[in-house]
This record gives sequence, C-alpha cells and structure tokens, in this order.
Amino acid sequence: MSTLSRDMSIGGQPPQSLNIQQKLATLLGIMGLVILLLATFNVQFPNKTLWLTLSLSAITAGTIWFGAASYLSKHPGIKNDGVFFKSVSHRGFWGWVLGIGLTIFYILLYFFPEYLGLTREGDNKGIIALFDPLSRFLSGNPASQWFVYGTLYTVAIFAFGFKFIWKYRHNRYEILRTISVMFFQTSFAFLIPEIMARLNGTLPYYDLKNIWPLNYYNFERYRINAFIDAGDIGIAMLIFGVLSIFVITPVLTYFYGKRWYCSWVCGCGGLAETAGDPFRHLSDKSVFAWKVERWVVHSVVVFVTLMTTAVIYSYLGHDTSKYWLTKNTFLLGVAGLLTLVFVWVMVFKRAQLQKDAQYGAIGYFVIIMGLIGFHFISGEGNVFLFKAEALRKTYAFLIGAVFSGVIGVGFYPILGNRVWCRFGCPMAAILGFQQRLFSRFRITTNGGQCISCGNCSTYCEMGIDVRAYAQKGQNIVRSSCVGCGICSAVCPRGVLKLENGPLQGRIDSQDILLGNDVDLMKVIQSPK
Amino acid sequence: MEHIVIIGNGIAGVTAARHIRKLSDKKISIISSEATHFFSRTALMYVYMGHMRWTDIEPYEPHFWEKNRLELLHGYVERVAPEKKALYFSDGRSITYDKLILATGSKTNTFGWKGLELPQVLGLVNKQDLEKLERVAPNKQVCPRAVIVGGGLIGVELAEMLRTRGIAVTFLVREDAFWTGVLPKGEAQMISRHIASHGVDLRHGTNMDAILPDEQGNVRAVLTTDGEEIPCSMVGITTGVKPNIEFLQGSGIATDRGILVDRTLETSVKGIFAIGDCAQQREPIGNRPPVEAVWYTGRMMGEALARTLCGTPTEYRPSHWFNSAKFFDIEYQTYGWVFSEARRKEYEVHFHWRHRDDDKCITVAYHRDTGKFLGINTFGIRMRHEVFERWLNEDRAAGYVIQHLREANFDPEFYRGYETEIVNAFNTQQKQTVL
Repeated sequence: MSTLSRDMSIGGQPPQSLNIQQKLATLLGIMGLVILLLATFNVQFPNKTLWLTLSLSAITAGTIWFGAASYLSKHPGIKNDGVFFKSVSHRGFWGWVLGIGLTIFYILLYFFPEYLGLTREGDNKGIIALFDPLSRFLSGNPASQWFVYGTLYTVAIFAFGFKFIWKYRHNRYEILRTISVMFFQTSFAFLIPEIMARLNGTLPYYDLKNIWPLNYYNFERYRINAFIDAGDIGIAMLIFGVLSIFVITPVLTYFYGKRWYCSWVCGCGGLAETAGDPFRHLSDKSVFAWKVERWVVHSVVVFVTLMTTAVIYSYLGHDTSKYWLTKNTFLLGVAGLLTLVFVWVMVFKRAQLQKDAQYGAIGYFVIIMGLIGFHFISGEGNVFLFKAEALRKTYAFLIGAVFSGVIGVGFYPILGNRVWCRFGCPMAAILGFQQRLFSRFRITTNGGQCISCGNCSTYCEMGIDVRAYAQKGQNIVRSSCVGCGICSAVCPRGVLKLENGPLQGRIDSQDILLGNDVDLMKVIQSPK
Repeated sequence: MEHIVIIGNGIAGVTAARHIRKLSDKKISIISSEATHFFSRTALMYVYMGHMRWTDIEPYEPHFWEKNRLELLHGYVERVAPEKKALYFSDGRSITYDKLILATGSKTNTFGWKGLELPQVLGLVNKQDLEKLERVAPNKQVCPRAVIVGGGLIGVELAEMLRTRGIAVTFLVREDAFWTGVLPKGEAQMISRHIASHGVDLRHGTNMDAILPDEQGNVRAVLTTDGEEIPCSMVGITTGVKPNIEFLQGSGIATDRGILVDRTLETSVKGIFAIGDCAQQREPIGNRPPVEAVWYTGRMMGEALARTLCGTPTEYRPSHWFNSAKFFDIEYQTYGWVFSEARRKEYEVHFHWRHRDDDKCITVAYHRDTGKFLGINTFGIRMRHEVFERWLNEDRAAGYVIQHLREANFDPEFYRGYETEIVNAFNTQQKQTVL
C-alpha cells in the first residue's frame, strides 16, 4: 500500500480498515441495494410488499448499524481520523465509483425513467413496480419514478441521520438539527403530500417546506389552476406559498440566519448534512471558487426570477376575467418590488457590500428591468425576448435536473456535499443575501484564541475560509453560511460559536481582541 | 527602500511581515529552511491523523505572498554578521539587510540521554519531525509500540496521533499526574484519567534512563530509571522546547536561554530584533516567563514589532494571559493566572469544580485576602476571551465571576449549562471556609 497520497506532501495509511461489524453492516446494506438493482433489471419478485420491506429495512438497518459500529465504541468527540486517507472520502477509487454510480442513477431518474420501469400505458415495471405497494398504501396511486426517489431520499436522510447523530453525540446543536431535518423530510416532504393526495385527489403534490425559488414550478399554470380548483384548502396552500416567500422566510432569516432553512428544514440540505456528511471537506476553499460561486448562484437567481415572471405573465389575462391579477399589474408589481429591494440595498446597505457585489447588483437590476421593458416593445405572443415555455424548459433541465440532481448529489464524492446549495440554489442565494445584510446571525470568533489550524475551513461544506476571519479575530458573516455548526464543533480551541445577536457590531471588527494590550490595539486600529 | 529580512516563517515572523506590509511599502524577505510556505505549527498533528492535508494547514493560498510582495527565500542561515548587515546561508549564498528580525522559534529540548542519536528518536516541533514520524511510525505493523517521554502539551498530542493509527503508546510522565508543572492537581488527575481511557499506557512518576539500540542500530527499548525495559520501535521526546539560536554564536548578539530583547523587542545589536519563541525578555513581564513559547505571544510580538519598524515605537505589552489546548477530547482554555501547586503564589486560593462525568471541570483562582479574581482554567466548557479580559481589567471578585459565569459561556447553542451547579458548589465551599 502506498504511503503517499495524491496532493499530500506527507501522507499516511488508513488508520484501520473496517471492523467486523462495519463489514457485516455494509454487507446488509448492499443486500438491500441488490434487491433494488435486481428489480431494476426486471427480476420478478413474487411478493413485492415483502421484498420492498426487506430491501428498505436492510438498507436502513445496515446504515444505522454501520454508524453504531463506527462511533459508539469510541469516546464522544470529533471523529475525523483518517478522513483524508480513506478512498471513499478522499476522491479515491471508491469515491469515484460512488460518484459515477450516483450520477448514472440521476441521469436515469431525470431523463430515462423508462429504464427504471416507468410505463406510459399499463402497469409499472422494474424498480418502480416494486414500490407500487407502498405508494398505493400511502396515496392510493401507483408509484412513479419520483415516488421511488422520494422514498429512497427519505430512507437516506433517516438512516444516515442516525449515523450523523452518533458521530456528533457530544454536540446538542448537531443532534437537534439532525432530528429536525429527519422530521421535515419524513413528514413534510414524504408522508404529508402523499396522504393529502389520498384525502383530496385534486390537490397538487405540495411539499409545504419547499419554497419558491427552490420550488421553481410552484406558480405554473397547471398548479395554480389545481390550487384554485381544490377550493379553500388549495387557496390556503397557495397563500401559504406566497407568504413563505415574502413573510415567513424573511422573518425567520432575520432572527436566526438562513440556517433555519438550509440546515434545519430543507430536504437538499438534509441529504447533504446526513448522507453527504462524509464529503464535506471536499468543497473548494480557494478565493477563485468563491468568485465563481457568487457569479453563478446569483445568475441562477436572475434566471429563476425572469423565468417565473415570464411563466406567470404568459398565462395571465389582460383583464380580471381569467385571474385576479392581470398581465400588466403583475409585471409592474414585480418591477416595483425589485426596485424597492434594489433601492433599499443601495441606500442603506451599500457600505456592507463589496465592490463586485455592487456591480453585480447594478448589472442584474438593469438586465431585469431591461427585459421587462422589452415587453412593452415586443408585443403579444413573445414574452420578453424568449418564449416563456422555452425559458421554463431550459431552467427545469439545466438547474432543476442537471445542477441540483446530477451535479448536486451525483458529485458528492467529487465536489463535496453542498455544491448545489453553494453554486446553484437560488433560494440559498436569496436567503444568503438577506443573511449578509439583515440578520442577527453570525459566527462569533472568541477573541484571540485562534491558532490558524484550519479545521474550520477544511470541514466547511460551503467552502468558506473560516480561518481567514477567525485568525484576525473577526466574526464571520457570509451569505453562503448555512449554519451547520461543524466549524464550531471541529475547532480544537473553542474559538467559534454560531449565535444570534444585535445587528450593532455584528460584522465590524472594532472590538477585536487578539491579546495585545488594549492601548496597543487602539494604536493599530487608528489610521496611520 | 528599506530592506527588512525575517529569519523564520512561523507565526511570529509571518505576523510581523503581514503587519509591516499593511503599514508600509518596505521590501520584505522571509527566510525559512523548514517549509516553503507558512503553516500552522499547532496543526501538524492533524496531518498525521488524516484530518487535513498539508495544504489545509497553510493559512494563505500561494498567491498571497506574491500579491503582498513578501519575498520567500528557502535556505538555512548559518551565520549572522551584524557589522556587515549580512546573512550567510549554508549553501554559500548571502544577502544583506537594513533591519533584521529573528523569529527562529524553538527546537526540542533534551536531557542528554543515551541513544538520542538513534534514527527512531524524534521530537514534534517542525515539519521535518512530522516527516520523520511518518517514516518511523506509518502504522502499527512497522511500529507496534512507541514510548513518549515528557508529560506536556506536545506529548499528549503525539500520543493522540499515534493512537489514531492503532500504535500502542507508553507515556512516561515524571510527575504524579499529567502536566502538574502547570495544572492544579484536580485538573491534572482528570486529564491523566482521560488519557488512560484512550488506551494509553500512562506511567506516572517514571523517568527515562536511556534508549537502547538493537544490533542494527535501531531503537529496541527504553530503559527507565527503575530499571524496567519497555520494548518499543520509536521514542518521542516531548520534554519541552528551547529557543533555536545556535546559529547566532559568535555574531555578537547577546543570548541567554533565548535571544535577549528589551521591551521593544530589540536585541543587544541595534536594528536586530527577536520575536516569538526564540526571544527572551531581559525583564520578565508580570507573571510571564521570560521565554514564552506560545502561538499567541509570537503573534502579539509580531504585531508590536511591525508598529515599531513602521515608525510608531511600540513596546510588547501583552494584555492578560490566555492560552488553550486540547487533550484528546477535552478542550482547555485559560484566562488570567491559575498556578499549579508547585508554583502557586502564597496569596492564591483555588475553587475547583468537577462534573460527575469526569470530562469537565473549572478552577478559579482568587486572592485569599481580597477575593479578587486572578484567573480561570476551564476544561470541556468553552468560555469567552473578551468577557474574562473585561472582568480582569475591572478587578472583579471571584464571587462576581462565578455568579456571572453564564455571560462568559461560549459553548454551542443548546448545550447544557453547568452554571447553577458551579455556583452551588462555590457557595458550599465558601460556607465551609467561613466555618
């Protein structure tokens, strides 16, 4: 075995291979997966309910057992020994095998569900058919590829959630946060929508915690019509969807930072924090990556805003006979809202934004206003420069499928577990924008105690160079921070704490205290 | 343009360089024979443990140095010639300087044991030590057992590192509990128990007599002063560090244990300064030892010296003492002064509280007569530097500090608080003292 690992001047061997229990647990989990694989290749199981139960139980039990065997015999504490020596967690052979396997699964799921057994006419086949009994039990309908995906997704968060809780069993923040994502995934994302479908067949499938723009399709015509057709409860859900964006989200983000969503509620975050946890250190911490992040994620926000505006605009009428809103009121409303936000930022928060962010804000604002302006020039039929439907399809393909699924999860073992959240998620970008400018949340640096060791930066799944702030005694207020709390957990010197506090003195480092006499600190801070 | 040359790219030298660059346009060169780029010395252990790669313990990306016009020179300075303002490298090169900063750090302190020259004997101070450890103890097949000599911060780190690779560790500690030169008994004993619970064969009151070689000249065993032979494949020497200053012999720069400096960190030769582990204060500052081999003090000296060199003469005036460490799973922080039994001041009284789980405790030191709060050691409970700095400045009483301990808590959200329990324990102890 080589003692030198790629990218290391000094490397070592894995501390130890898997212990017997871990091996047996892995075997159990793989047996569960083999059942699914056989089903995919159309092996007919006589009793689908039994085999599906066996399969999901084996996967869940295997994962939970693996977690127990990994951590419970050890002291509570940080469990990062050998992370950079293990093939699966350091882009070694098994890391690539896993990454390619997940990617293939996502490509099939999004683009070729027929290979998973989806049939247009008649009964399902393959793996989807295997899930029919469970789907019928919950909603009364046969399974779809999305039901299969949702079930496996929930199983993953649930089982790996146990593993994560045991890994961080000394840390109550991590435990509560993980219980929270396990709860929201199992109930809000998985069970409640299925049960609601059973109770009220006309309601569209709605994961209530999935908020626009993450849920970019929420205001499409078919959904709006379905909401309206479903009567009061439908209208209530629609109103809740709108309130989530404009009231609930900003209020919670003001008090707690975007973590209330990204690492306590969100399903994408839930998977990243549980199944994705072993890959968190793979995120790119370079300044270059940060630049790319800001451009890409904000472009997605612009894209989704434009797309949604265009889609809604396309089905609204010129008078109130079709919908309460008319084309013009809607468009003016959007423009007005954007202008309001833009003016507020430029007037009150200009100083807090870095130069390029200001350029970005100005640029994007001009683009959006420009495109809306085109409406008045381009006339009927065409919305903006593009057909709304074309925009929607492009977004659904590029962002909804390729970015969030194939790259976002498929590439966990290669790019880290929060690639989607960091580079792609428009919801995270909007919450982050608010977190940066108008929130009580920050990561406090404990005076001068930082030793620049780098554990915080290494284990930041969002690629934030936490150390760069901590070693200067500055608090960390970054839009991308999802508040997972791992930087604080892995810090060996007790330097970092996630907390909510007054806006006053949240970012500025006037009170930095690195240990030199206070007089000296004053001297250093005074302009030369 | 004035040329400032810094020997040593550790925390002291690099902090000085960064601050000089912030404040001026001077030409800055940093010389190191250890590593091409600055790294966090305190994080060496995490590379061996697989928590981080080498690149991860470097706080700045490679482009940082060029962008800030900090010239990095790789080489070993053999001789300093103040009369010519010149430095001579071991490979024959030489450069001149206008101002010289010596920030050469520490090296392993040894006590002349027999067998120190054997190839499997090492300290854990620099990058080369880590590379050597990787060769000597890559796994438990090559190195089934290691002996560590010296119960201090580096010793416990080395023990933790070796345990992650399943290597058996015998840890020889001269005292009757871990680090009792610094920690009060109650804490030292708790840490000893914790170390032992990690499968370390911890031998208190045990000294090494010699390191024994086999026929090939490799380490075979350690002989204790009690005459016991402990078979091992590697010996870690962690009996402290000493300033790394041999190369200054004959330079005319006054040295004692370290390089003697005044309060502006200037040596006996004008224009030559010393900072960090290698510097020795001519007059000790408060309770501080004259040589402070601590990350934080190196950083503070670097900041202060940068001011001086950029036109604002600034003394090194550290504020209240603080430090931190981690012993396997137990974090340690200290603010102000809490002395061990061996070094306790005659006026110093302790209040000690330990949690029943035996992984958390605090010790509060206060003045016997006035009740003034002197300092705190905290284990397993994080506390705020800023708050203790303030309380120490305000000369608060120990009673006040303990009543307000919650304000200083820095544990993550939702953690259990122990303040009530601590206050009750304190009140009980006070009553007993009064009676």
